[in-house]
Amino acid sequence: MPQPHIDVRYVANLARLELSDVEVATFQVQLDAILGYVETLTQLDVSGIEASAHAVPVFGRMRSDEPHASLPPAAVLQNAPDQSQGQFRVPKVVADA
Amino acid sequence: MTLSSLRQQLLAGETTPAAILARLAGDIAARDGRTGAYLSYDLATAMAEAASADLSLPLGGIPIAIKDNLNVAGQPCTCGSRFLAENYRSPYDATVIRKLRAAGAIPFGRMNLDEFAMGSSTENSALQTTRNPHDFDRIPGGSSGGSAAAVADHTAIAALGSDTGGSIRQPASHCGVVGLKPSYGRVSRYGLVAFASSLDQVGPLTRSVEDAARILQVIAGADPLDSTCLEAAVPDYLGGLDDGVKGLKLGLPKEYFGAGIDPGVRRQVMAAVDALAAQGAEVVDISLPHTEYAVATYYVLAPAEASSNLSRFDGIRYGHRGASPADILDLYQRSREDGFGAEVKRRIILGTYVLSSGYYDAYYSRAQKVRTLIRRDFEAAFARVDAILSPVAPAPARKLGGIAIDPLHEYLSDIFTLAPNLAGICAISVPCGVTAFDGAAALPVGLQILGPHLGEAMLLRVARAAEARS
Repeated sequence: MPQPHIDVRYVANLARLELSDVEVATFQVQLDAILGYVETLTQLDVSGIEASAHAVPVFGRMRSDEPHASLPPAAVLQNAPDQSQGQFRVPKVVADA
Repeated sequence: MTLSSLRQQLLAGETTPAAILARLAGDIAARDGRTGAYLSYDLATAMAEAASADLSLPLGGIPIAIKDNLNVAGQPCTCGSRFLAENYRSPYDATVIRKLRAAGAIPFGRMNLDEFAMGSSTENSALQTTRNPHDFDRIPGGSSGGSAAAVADHTAIAALGSDTGGSIRQPASHCGVVGLKPSYGRVSRYGLVAFASSLDQVGPLTRSVEDAARILQVIAGADPLDSTCLEAAVPDYLGGLDDGVKGLKLGLPKEYFGAGIDPGVRRQVMAAVDALAAQGAEVVDISLPHTEYAVATYYVLAPAEASSNLSRFDGIRYGHRGASPADILDLYQRSREDGFGAEVKRRIILGTYVLSSGYYDAYYSRAQKVRTLIRRDFEAAFARVDAILSPVAPAPARKLGGIAIDPLHEYLSDIFTLAPNLAGICAISVPCGVTAFDGAAALPVGLQILGPHLGEAMLLRVARAAEARS
């Protein structure tokens, strides 16, 4: 058994995904196969090749700096799972002193 | 009935927008229970819009079905995901919807898709199975499977989809309709729920090339709300449609006709190539030498971008929130664990991994460099030829089921459609006949035509000539 490419549970935690044991086991096999396939890219010599973040890079696009209408607060909040006093409501974020 | 012929009937007073909608609603009721293309539709709102439709506009009074990852104000936008299925309603119109409305069209119907457009079969929808109208035991393709199936099933006149690695062209091919992926930057992405932002484009699925041109004409063009949407003037896509291919040079990339292609697909695609040659095109062999690296490149870059884009689904501002979270971290994790399906989780983990410290250079940075090589392949090819011809998919539609075990095998079937997204060029799928396959007597085959960046007018002209044969 070759060394696995990826520690699935560790990376899932980075992505804020809480996986079941079954998911971890399934994804381990599948992602190792995919990453093994991706290794084919190492066959290519890419020294001196610039990276393409976009197919059609456009730089420094500016639009006129003019105020325009935005969504009203009620529309922004309409899909909130929980809200209070015109704000999104979340569990307490700061620890008790 | 094509959009173009329906428009003639509307202008001649032979039908009305309300009559068209009523007939569609009847057809959906009669047939979509089996096909499963529609996730929802709102007939009352569409009828109200039909009552005031301005028929003098380019798409006046024409209903257009919308993939359920494009925001239409007041309507659901589930993305085929449990995360957004409960009670999300779009607070605004995507730019393509605003442009459709300005041209008189009526957005009608929310079409099924692979969850967040991740997949090639629509089986990754968490909400519903969509079946291929040509064979109900088979996939419609994906991710715009609902859009393609409805157009093929005549329960929609035309539809919008999105294409990140073939998600318009491959379902169009499997369902026997036309599917156009515009060049990157030709059409605004504002209001399209982002999957991979450097690859995503919105485009039409239609029953004719002319219909695709009519819709592109309306949705193309600059948008101050999308800085990647280009200022380049939008040419007239209809005027030169029938100019033919006489004197054009069309390239056949040898890497797209190698082993692994179903013989029936090869036969029908080559028949379409021969027909274009018979109309006066010069067909030449070309090479796109980095084709074999396209799948690996795509499945690093697209998941990387997806892992970043899908971090917005955190259970705070919209969509699903896990029940009684202990703290904020628990809220994120539970909401995402409940809300996302397997393929979405797989790609988020893959994307997070290739972007993580220690692996970024080996995977992400290297894939971006190979992307440059793939772009250069096309630049060199388009210095020699006007357009490139290939199959859309190596085989016709497979049977439903079987994706779960081997996602890599599923990814490899995208080989012919991924590279155009990586290179940002335009591409179209045009039906080129049917073939017997895997026990089915006659399944549609698609010819893929690739054009240079912003070369949609040329692309549509070649597509029209290919279509004229069938």
